[in-house]
Amino acid sequence: MKVLMFGWEFPPHIAGGLGTACEGIVNGLAHNGVETLFVMPKASGDEDQSCTTIINASDIEVRDVSSTVEEFINRVKFLYVDSNLVPYVDPDEYFTAIERLKAEGLSRTEIGFGQKFSFSGKYGANLMEEVSRYAQVGGTIAMQYKDSFDLIHAHDWLTYLAGIAAKELTGKPLVVHVHATSYDRGDEKHIDSRVLDIEKRGMLAADKVVTVSDLTRNIVINKYGIDPAKVVTVHNAVDFSGREDISIERGVKDKVVTFLGRITFQKGPEYFIEAAAKVLKRTSNVRFVMAGSGDMMNRCIRQVARLGISDRFHFTGFLRGRQVQEMFALSDVYIMPSVSEPFGISPLEAMRTGVPSIISHQSGAAEVLKYALKVDFWDVDALADDIYALVTYPALTAFASKQGYDEVNRLKWNGATAKLKKVYESAL
Amino acid sequence: MKKSVCLYFQVHQPTRLRQYRFFDIGKDSHYYDDFSNRTILKRVAQKCYLPMNQLLLEAIKKSKGKFKLAFSISGSAFEQFDRYAPEVLDSFRALAETGKVEFLCETYYHSLASLASPAEFAHQVEKHRNTVREALGVEPVAFRNTELIYSDAIARQVYELGFKTMLTEGARHIMGWKSPDYVYTAESQPKLKLLLRNYRLSDDLAFRFQDSGWSEWPLTAEKFLGWLKESEGDIINLFMDYETFGEHQGVESGIFDFMRALPAMLISDGSLEFTTPSQAARGIKPVASLGVHDPISWADEERDLSAWLGNELQQEAYSKLYGLTEKLGIIDDPQLWSDFGHLQESDHLYYMCTKFFSDGEIHKRFSPYDTPYEAFINYMNVLSDFIIRTNYAEQQN
Repeated sequence: MKVLMFGWEFPPHIAGGLGTACEGIVNGLAHNGVETLFVMPKASGDEDQSCTTIINASDIEVRDVSSTVEEFINRVKFLYVDSNLVPYVDPDEYFTAIERLKAEGLSRTEIGFGQKFSFSGKYGANLMEEVSRYAQVGGTIAMQYKDSFDLIHAHDWLTYLAGIAAKELTGKPLVVHVHATSYDRGDEKHIDSRVLDIEKRGMLAADKVVTVSDLTRNIVINKYGIDPAKVVTVHNAVDFSGREDISIERGVKDKVVTFLGRITFQKGPEYFIEAAAKVLKRTSNVRFVMAGSGDMMNRCIRQVARLGISDRFHFTGFLRGRQVQEMFALSDVYIMPSVSEPFGISPLEAMRTGVPSIISHQSGAAEVLKYALKVDFWDVDALADDIYALVTYPALTAFASKQGYDEVNRLKWNGATAKLKKVYESAL
Repeated sequence: MKKSVCLYFQVHQPTRLRQYRFFDIGKDSHYYDDFSNRTILKRVAQKCYLPMNQLLLEAIKKSKGKFKLAFSISGSAFEQFDRYAPEVLDSFRALAETGKVEFLCETYYHSLASLASPAEFAHQVEKHRNTVREALGVEPVAFRNTELIYSDAIARQVYELGFKTMLTEGARHIMGWKSPDYVYTAESQPKLKLLLRNYRLSDDLAFRFQDSGWSEWPLTAEKFLGWLKESEGDIINLFMDYETFGEHQGVESGIFDFMRALPAMLISDGSLEFTTPSQAARGIKPVASLGVHDPISWADEERDLSAWLGNELQQEAYSKLYGLTEKLGIIDDPQLWSDFGHLQESDHLYYMCTKFFSDGEIHKRFSPYDTPYEAFINYMNVLSDFIIRTNYAEQQN
C-alpha cells in the first residue's frame, strides 16, 4: 500500500507538535509495510527520508497544470487571499510562529502560472494564501504521482484543501487526520470562520476522518456534524528512541511542581496557580514552576503576585530544546490542567522522565494514560489534593513514577499506525 | 537680601541584576550583571561625571568661591566608582576640597527603607554618612531621601538622626497656591528646614533642554537667567539627576556650554547668588510649615510612590523583601547584608512599573528589561535564592 501524505512540517524544522507526529506516523507506517510520499510546503533537505519520500511543494512548477486542475482551481474560488488574515494551527504554535517571524521578518511571494511558489511553510500572516497555493500545487503533485499511490492522507486543516484537490483530480480515497480543531483554539466566539469552513470541507470530503482522541472524535461528530461511522480514533504515540537521559544538579531542596506549555486559556494555567496557593497553605517544602510563555502570562504573573506566593512560584519564560528536558529532570510532579486538549503529548514526556503527572479529564491523553492522576480542570481542590499527595507520600510518588514510565514506553507508533493501516484498508 | 539659587545634583547608579533564572536558584548566589554595571558606569563617567566635574571645578575656581552647589552620591554609586572608575572619586574629592560643594546624606542603598523599617533606615543613613566622611573627608549635615521621598513621619526620623535640613519635591498637590521658592519647616518637626524643588525650572534643564519641539528651545543661559530673576521667592531650588549633563542631555545639545556660561553670567549680573542647602537653611527665614501625610517624591506626574509601589507586582516584591528584615537582624553575615542592601535599591521596583502612559516612556528608557513582568520574574528569582540563604543562615545561628 502507498499513501500520498500532505503535511505542513517535518522534523528537524518544526514549530509545533504536528511535525513530530507526522514523523512518528510515517516511520510507524513503514514498519507496518505502508509506503508514504510525504508532501510539505517547504522542505529543507535535511529531513530523515529513511521511511518516506519527501516532496517539496516549493520545487513543483505549476506550468504543466492540467485542464482538470484549472477547472478545480476555478471551482475553489472561495480560496481568495486575504493577507491580513492570521489563522493558526493552535495558539501555542501560533505564538512560537509569531516569535520566529519577528526574528526572521515576513516575506511575501506572488505566484503565477509557470512559476514555482516559494512556500515559507510557516504560520505567518500570509498563511491563508499559502494554504490555497498549497492546494493548487498539491493537485499538480497528485496528478504527477497518480500512478504511485493508493490513498491520500491529509494532516490538519492546513492541508485539507490539498487533500481535497488531490481526491477530486485522481478519484482516490481521502483520509483526513484531525490533530486539533478550531474549538480547541479559542472560545467559540472567536473562532475564525474561514478556518472552520476549511475544516468542515475536509471532513465532509474525506472517506475517513481520523481523530487523535475520543474527545476530538466527539467534537468532530457533534460540532462539525460528521457521520460517526466514518470517524475513527487513533491515539497518538510518542517516539523516545535516541532520547538520552539528562541528569541535572538540583539547586533547590524543595519538591518542584511544573506546568510546561503555552500559557494560554486552553491550557488552564490559572487553575494551576489557584491549586498552588492552596498547597502552599498546607506545606512549605514545595515550589511551583510555570515554564513557557503565552498571551496569559502577564495575567498569571499578576495573579501570583496578588496571592502573595511569588517567592515559591517561579516563571522561566519560553524554554527551548534541551532546557525543556532539563525542566522535566528538575520536576517532581507534572501538571497539565488543560481546559481542552485534543491529545497533549507533554505528560508523556514527563512520565518518560519518571515524573508523575496530573492531567485533566479534558485531555485526549487522559484516555490512554492509566497511571497519570486525573482531575477535572476546574476542580482546583482535587488538583491541590493530588499535588499535596504526590509531594508528601513517597510510596504514591514511587508507584506513579515507575508505572507511568513503563506505560509511556509501551505507547508506540508501531501500534498506533497498525490501527491507522486498518483505517486505510476500510477506505479503499 | 539677594535671592538664592541652590543647585543639587543626584549621583546614582543602580546595581543591575544579571539574568537570573529559576535554574540558578539555590546554585548560584552572584546576582549582579557586572559587565553591564561596569560598561554603563565607565560610559557615564566619560560622558558626564568626569567632564562635568572638571567644568564645575573650573567654574568654582574662576568665581573665587561665589559659585557653590551640592551633590548626593548613593552608596551603590560609591561602590561602582571604587571598583570601576576611581578617577571619578578623585574628581569628587577635588570638588569637596574647594569647600564650596556640600555633600548630602541619603540611604546608602538608594532604598525605600524610610517607608519600610525605621531601624533599617537608620542603619543605611549611618552607613552612608560614614561612607561620605571616609571617601570625601566631609561630614554631611543635610539630608535628601531616595527620590526625594518625604512625609511627616520621615521628617521626624530624619531630624532624630541629626539633620537640620532636608530636601524634597515642591509637589503641586501639597503646595497648592504656595510657592516652592521659599524655605519651609516640617509640620511634624518644626526644627527641620525644608528646601523644595522648583520642578518647572529644574525640568527645563533635566527633561526639556534638548527637546527641539519645546517652544523655548534652544534654551540659552541668558534666557534661563532671565527666568530665575523673574521668580518672586527667596530661593530657587534646581534639583536634578547629575546624569542630566552629558547622558540624558547629550553633549551635542549644548548642555555643557550652557553650564559653563551660567555661573559666571549669574554672578556678574549680581542680582542672584549661589547657595548650598545647609547655608540656605541657616540664612533664609522659613515662611510656613508644611504637613505631608502621604509620602511624596519627585517621580512621574503623580509625585507619589506609585513609580515603585503602584502595582501588585511591586507591592509583592517589596513586602517579600522587607519581610526578611527581622530575620536578618539576628544574622551576622556581611555578604548577606550587602546583598540585602543591593536588593533594596529602589530601581529594581521602578523597573516593574506598569504605568505605560505618559511616564512609561521614561521608565522604559531607564530599564534594562523589556517589560515590567520580566523585571519582576528576574527579581523574584534572585530574591528566592536570597530567602533560601537567609533561612539557612538563620538555622546555623
